[in-house]
Amino acid sequence: MWYFKTLGKGKVVEFILLAIFLLFFFGPLLNLLLLAFSGEWQYPDALPKSWSLEWWSFVLADESIVRSMWLSFLIAAIVTMISLIICIPAAYAFARISFPLRRFFLFSFLLTNAFPKMGLYVAIAVLFYQYNLMNTFIGIILIHLINTLMLMTWIPSAAFENVHRSQEESARDAGASPLKVFWYITLPMAKPGIIVASVFTFLSSLDEAQGTLLVGIPDYKTMPVIMYSIIADYPSTAGAVFSVILTLPTIILLFAARKFVGADSFANGMRLK
Amino acid sequence: MSISLSITNLSKIYPTGEGVKSFSLDIQNGEMVTLLGPSGCGKSTVLRSVGGFIEPNDGSIIIDGHEVNHLPPEKRPSAMVFQSYNLWPHMTVFNNLAFSLKLKKMKKAHIIDKVKWALNLVQLQGYEKKFPSELSGGQQQRVALARALLLEPKVLLLDEPFSALDAKLRHELREELREIQAKQQLTMLFVTHDQEEALAISDRIVVMNKGEVEQIDSPQNIYNYPASLFVAQFIGKMNFLTGYAEGNKIHIGSLNFPNMNRYNKSVTVAVRPEDVVLASEVENGLEAMIEKVMMLGHYAEVSLKTEFGILKMFIDRSEISQFKMHQNIRITFATIQTFTDEQDIHTNGYSKIQNLTKEEIEVYEKV
Repeated sequence: MWYFKTLGKGKVVEFILLAIFLLFFFGPLLNLLLLAFSGEWQYPDALPKSWSLEWWSFVLADESIVRSMWLSFLIAAIVTMISLIICIPAAYAFARISFPLRRFFLFSFLLTNAFPKMGLYVAIAVLFYQYNLMNTFIGIILIHLINTLMLMTWIPSAAFENVHRSQEESARDAGASPLKVFWYITLPMAKPGIIVASVFTFLSSLDEAQGTLLVGIPDYKTMPVIMYSIIADYPSTAGAVFSVILTLPTIILLFAARKFVGADSFANGMRLK
Repeated sequence: MSISLSITNLSKIYPTGEGVKSFSLDIQNGEMVTLLGPSGCGKSTVLRSVGGFIEPNDGSIIIDGHEVNHLPPEKRPSAMVFQSYNLWPHMTVFNNLAFSLKLKKMKKAHIIDKVKWALNLVQLQGYEKKFPSELSGGQQQRVALARALLLEPKVLLLDEPFSALDAKLRHELREELREIQAKQQLTMLFVTHDQEEALAISDRIVVMNKGEVEQIDSPQNIYNYPASLFVAQFIGKMNFLTGYAEGNKIHIGSLNFPNMNRYNKSVTVAVRPEDVVLASEVENGLEAMIEKVMMLGHYAEVSLKTEFGILKMFIDRSEISQFKMHQNIRITFATIQTFTDEQDIHTNGYSKIQNLTKEEIEVYEKV
């Protein structure tokens, strides 16, 4: 009791509030985890009556579900790759070159995130119908790319800006051509920012549901799309299993990238200079 | 002596109006020349133009007989040490130094030897495996210097390399730089706004102001015979008074000095504090009252109130006891410089008073 007395009332209240917040935040996730491994779980039991992996074998055996997993990861990888190729040079241009309407163009990248996604996608769908891009692999890639543009340009641009000009100049002085300078000096120094952006791009592509639903049906179903039908047609445990599978890459990647993902890496990227 | 670097009529004007106009300079082999001036005077512009980082509007730059105007920095025989952010933080000291050698496709063993030699030169033996973040500011600049030396440049360019360091370190590195320069017989172009630094290390100083050259001369001459009012007030400490020129004399109160340059009417007279001396009984002297005495180490600065304003006087510390507050004394000047009111006439070359004969100097020194 003396412990709480010494802390003072304020601290105890803070602690209680934090506990409630954590419960609110992690509660559903914890519930999900338990659900994925449960056999029989009836309200009002706090824990499942029995554990089982039967829904895991069901999910992993179903062909269309496994296919959707491959498709999701494949698309995410391709989208990240293409996004890198398109956006890194643009990011470098924004960082180093002071061209007319620079801020306007930088700001324009916000537009893809400024509108309700569905409205944007419907307009795109109309165009896709015209160009026969509906229900095609390329169509899905394009839709995913649109979402990645802002992140992949802003964050690396800030990373490039953090590379001081005199460091590039001293490399040129030492005898390196501009391309060599970019490869040996600028890019390695901007690596953390680029990795952060790539990780977020990959994850957001895995997560992309609405656009893919619109464009990909009926042939191309990624994991989020399949999720809709699983939740509708099967008991909640199956959905929980699938949820865990979907969330796992996010957790793994974020942990792996923690070395590079500092709070300032992301925050720095979101400034408009 | 051959000319290492020849700059002719270099011009670069920025949209803001700053820059240089028609800058010309020849640097001999093995010479250390400093560009000195306040911020915005154009010294960095000149340096960066020589290095190839700025494209000038006009003029030519010839290094060792070859015109380099059209060459990018990587092809020029010059090396630059920047003020900060010199080293690449993601590479070890060894890789920082070896970068240029690897580009030249040198053999590994040879590279290791050269890096060792360079680190030896800047007194950082054994630091190969360290990262720049593990080094102090002074050590980082030393490595930057070593890296520039490894390029074996015809001209070494230094852009205020010691400005970001504390005073003691600056003195130390200054001396080391001078030693290295003398040992390797390097031609160096140094830029700084610190006039003490310029006076200490240069063979010649180019004093610049607002894109123009005020004076090019040895440190001695710049200090003793400043060519313009700007140089006089920029270098060292200086007292300024108004005098009156008439005929072949300049009058300051009861003091008279020879009117060497035949000025007329009102002139500005400049006197160094160490040239303000006590007038003996028989001489003419100005009345002055001692306002305060500031002890500055081996010498003291005395503030004097005269009819011409406040004058500063330097005295040796042994004389401090002779100078008491509110005491009235009589002073005179050992030597003076004079400038007319339209002294924005820049002498792009040597000081006017440079070519005095020995007799004239003796007369000029004291009346």
